[in-house]
Amino acid sequence: MLIECLKLEGVETIFGYPGGVVLNIYDALYSSDIHHILVRHEQAAVHAADGFARASGKVGVALVTSGPGATNTVTGLATAYMDSIPMVVFSGQVPTGLIGNDAFQEADIVGITRPCTKHNFLVKNAAELPGIIKKAFFLARSGRPGPVLVDLPKDVVVSKAPFKYPEKITMVGYNPTYEGHLGQIKKALKAILAAERPVIYAGGGVILSKAADKLTKFAKALDIPVTMTLMGLGCFPGSHKLSLGMLGMHGTYRANLAVTESDVLIAIGSRFDDRVTGKVDEFAPGAKIIHIDIDPTSISKNVKVDIPIVGDVSAVLDQFLGLMGDVDGKERKKHLAPWHKQVKVWEGEHKMDYGQGKDEIKPQYVVEQLREITGGDCIIATEVGQNQMWAAQYFTLDKPHCWLTSGGLGTMGYGFPAAIGAQAAFPDRVVIDIAGDGSIQMNSQELATVVQYGLPVKIAILNNRFLGMVRQWQELFYGKRYSHTVMDHAPDFVKLAEAYGALGLRAEKPSDVKKVIKQALAHPGPVVMDFWVAREEGVYPMVPAGASISNMLLA
Amino acid sequence: MRHTISIIVENEFGVLARVVGLFSGRGFNIDSLSVAETLDPSVSRMTIVTHGDEQIIEQIIKQLNKLINVIKVTDFHDGEFLDREMLIVKMHATEQTKPELLRLVDIFRAKIVDVSTKSYTLELTGDEGKLRAALELLRPIGIRDMVRTGKVAMQRGVGQSNGNA
Ligand SMILES: Cc1ncc(C[n+]2csc(CCOP(=O)(O)OP(=O)(O)O)c2C)c(N)n1
Repeated sequence: MLIECLKLEGVETIFGYPGGVVLNIYDALYSSDIHHILVRHEQAAVHAADGFARASGKVGVALVTSGPGATNTVTGLATAYMDSIPMVVFSGQVPTGLIGNDAFQEADIVGITRPCTKHNFLVKNAAELPGIIKKAFFLARSGRPGPVLVDLPKDVVVSKAPFKYPEKITMVGYNPTYEGHLGQIKKALKAILAAERPVIYAGGGVILSKAADKLTKFAKALDIPVTMTLMGLGCFPGSHKLSLGMLGMHGTYRANLAVTESDVLIAIGSRFDDRVTGKVDEFAPGAKIIHIDIDPTSISKNVKVDIPIVGDVSAVLDQFLGLMGDVDGKERKKHLAPWHKQVKVWEGEHKMDYGQGKDEIKPQYVVEQLREITGGDCIIATEVGQNQMWAAQYFTLDKPHCWLTSGGLGTMGYGFPAAIGAQAAFPDRVVIDIAGDGSIQMNSQELATVVQYGLPVKIAILNNRFLGMVRQWQELFYGKRYSHTVMDHAPDFVKLAEAYGALGLRAEKPSDVKKVIKQALAHPGPVVMDFWVAREEGVYPMVPAGASISNMLLA
Repeated sequence: MRHTISIIVENEFGVLARVVGLFSGRGFNIDSLSVAETLDPSVSRMTIVTHGDEQIIEQIIKQLNKLINVIKVTDFHDGEFLDREMLIVKMHATEQTKPELLRLVDIFRAKIVDVSTKSYTLELTGDEGKLRAALELLRPIGIRDMVRTGKVAMQRGVGQSNGNA
């Protein structure tokens, strides 16, 4: 019955790991045409479902057993919850009669995951199963998306009830607002048109709402510069001249200054995270703030908003575009010329640069070469730390749904399994995980998965033999006391790849970099590239935690 | 600022945990809480008394609304609502204090619901101010034990707040 429901929801691929209480489900899978990918750790199943969802825009699905199988999903759920990723996780549960008895492999997973799911369900009898599954998928993908967990006691799955998949479901307490308030939109548009120093600050909500094209149209028509959050990268073409790049802690000099000096800030599908705002009181201090978001709790949570617009980004942008018929492009260009000139000045004052010499490989160089050799036509996953920030800064993205990174939770070990999910969704595309040597060790067991299923994920390890980002903080704020961030005991990553049956390649000097990348891309299967990079390279610009974002360390 | 928030929820498994978990997880305060079924048994009403500045109260209300099982949230302001709480208080009763106790019972329209040689147990209903005043006067006489229900509240006039309105 579960399988029937999944098919009706259009699910073709799931990521999972079997166990006692889900044996019946696995038995049904044995003869079904749903594609199941057996991971090597349940955390990876959830990240893979998440990567699948981010890359494809569909709901990702994972299936695990009770107890430890279920608790292993917690990090994956929390990661997806923070980044609002549509996902449904099915966990097995002990039979209803044993719940609460400390039965073998029992865990109160509904209780454990309550704060890190959009919603969760314990199915108490077979008759309610179809309705709950329908609700789970609906909740996961509608409104502000998010992960939903469905806990399935063994007896419920086994027992037979007449199968009827509901056409419609009602949830009295759930009613997301899609259209924006027209009055607010008109007010906002007036403020935007009058602004002399406007900036668009776009986040992951633009991508979740599949509104990248509309945003691009909107920004171009009004000639307004766009800065993106870590989650928003790709929602506006990074190589377009209106792009300011990323803002926030490791944002560009021009983006952070433009936001600080702006007179109207248009926040779209973003949530004023502390990594973006820095010191809140000094964030865009002179700006009138317009905030478009589907989640009312995001509005005025951290920063007081002047013109809130609750609604789906895509629908609201349509409403804006509908009112913009008489905007005169030439007039806009003239009106904003001084502002663009100022932005250019900032751009000239500080360029992203790292100085690649002859001896040591600079990690930024590796990222730039990956961008150049692939032409940007690939899906990038990242781990967490310096590797993630360099990827964000130097892999200029022009399209949405090509960027898989754990923004809100910052989960090391996310990137590789997420890349697996994306590769499963798009077997023919190039999928690269930009990794650190620390993070990759958190889920490197998944090399077995990619080899088993012939998923040609490419991993590029920026190997500095440090927990680099933490080391950087220790360097700057703890007097270079590198307490437990030195990682010179790592496996030989080339041999590790080979042990699993994948290809391992290494680059020790700058002249190896291009060769290794080309060789990896030419190889039809999974590859681990081990780049030995400058060990103590730092990520800059950097805004120290709690400082104003105009206060950047530049090197 | 103290606020009394009425929450209409679907009467489903785990819903109390969701509401309470939201308060603890986000560092909001609960001063008192009461829950019971409404006229419609598939729906319950919770009354939560909380405090915080304007921004916190706004977040509490938005976050509550975001819970899938929450049907309606009402923030009661001064004067627009009736609120009552019940208090049961067991008092030391001696020959010297009994007359004063009986006088207070009369003034506050309390009831004596249990007596023993050394104690009187009083039941008292009222709004926050009344209970506070009563406790102030009872405390010097000697309280042995006490229990309070937490506040319940309802809108004045014809308006309904059960989500069907
Ligand atoms: C699961 C988890 N544990 C700890 C951290 C804290 N943390 C953030 S970055 C980082 C270092 C990452 O090191 P590495 O993967 O080698 O990447 P690098 O910064 O060197 O590129 C750590 C430990 C985290 N983000 N996630």
